[in-house]
Amino acid sequence: MKQLKLIPAALLLAAPLLQAAPLDAGKSQINFTMKQLNVPVTGSFKKFSGNVVLDLKKPEAGKADISIDTASISLPTAEAVGEAKKADWFNVAKFPTARFVSSSIKNLGGGKLQVAGKLSIKGNTRDVNAAFTARQEGALTVVEGVLPVSRLAYKIGEGDWADTGTVADEVQIKFKVAIPAGK
Amino acid sequence: MKPNERYAVPAIVLHWLVAGLIIATFIWGLVVAGMPLSPAKFKYIAWHKWAGITVLALVAVRLLVRVLKRPPELPAHMNGVERLLAHGGHLALYLLMFAVPLTGWLMSSAYGFPVVMFKLVQLPDLIAQDEQLAATLKVVHETLNWIMAACVVGHVLAAIKHHVIDKDGMLYRMSLRGPRQ
Repeated sequence: MKQLKLIPAALLLAAPLLQAAPLDAGKSQINFTMKQLNVPVTGSFKKFSGNVVLDLKKPEAGKADISIDTASISLPTAEAVGEAKKADWFNVAKFPTARFVSSSIKNLGGGKLQVAGKLSIKGNTRDVNAAFTARQEGALTVVEGVLPVSRLAYKIGEGDWADTGTVADEVQIKFKVAIPAGK
Repeated sequence: MKPNERYAVPAIVLHWLVAGLIIATFIWGLVVAGMPLSPAKFKYIAWHKWAGITVLALVAVRLLVRVLKRPPELPAHMNGVERLLAHGGHLALYLLMFAVPLTGWLMSSAYGFPVVMFKLVQLPDLIAQDEQLAATLKVVHETLNWIMAACVVGHVLAAIKHHVIDKDGMLYRMSLRGPRQ
């Protein structure tokens, strides 16, 4: 009996090791919403790449490593985009990449995952933790979630912009990551 | 001058309130438009929007008052052309008092910077975000503002003409105090 029980485990081990699969950038989105005088302003990062391993049957073994091209920032106006690239904001010349690396994924059940990891923006690395939902969409595994971050913890918006009376400190980063079926 | 030759008190109060707000919001808009992006600019744009939407709301009330209580008749000495100019000018001013704030609101929606009145109430977006359309609406908003400025100047000049040249006591129709006895 003991041996029989071991069979599924053996099968699992025998299965090809999960490979880090590049995320499907075309079907993934990284948006964010900030508030200035309570006016919600939404932007996004158009260019990012990364490898994500996620088996919905075994999410704990999952891993994510996503790099974001900060210069690909998109905001409602060209003027705002120009401003966001400057030293007070993302300083894209000096810090062209923001990165998220997961450290643990907990299965909360019902397609919910608690993802912890490190987010690095503008040379500052902070621990972040948020609940995500995961679902299968055909051949894609789609993970979505909102990560609330403090922009000041990353020195996003320095000088006059540090005033949270105008631009609030909390920024909601919305992730939608589409992962092609692992090979 | 008989009392029924003057505007209704709510109409008079609204006239001066809206006049003051329009002039302030117009100048404020010019100041803000020339500012480089900064936290102050965000704040000032918000104030401009709040003032503009307030004008829109007050003008809606004004129109209601005007419909409920007919304005006084024009002085008998005015000829056909003058009457046409007076009515046309007032019609244009009313249209612009609606169109200017509305195009500002439309522009806010199109830019993706919704209006949040007094930081409390977010107004619905009238149209979807579209930067190109927003740029067009900005030009429309500015153009309508200059047309309105011209109409206001014409309005003031006409009032002065009535007061100084015609001496017909027209100004008192819009005064809370009425003519000196």
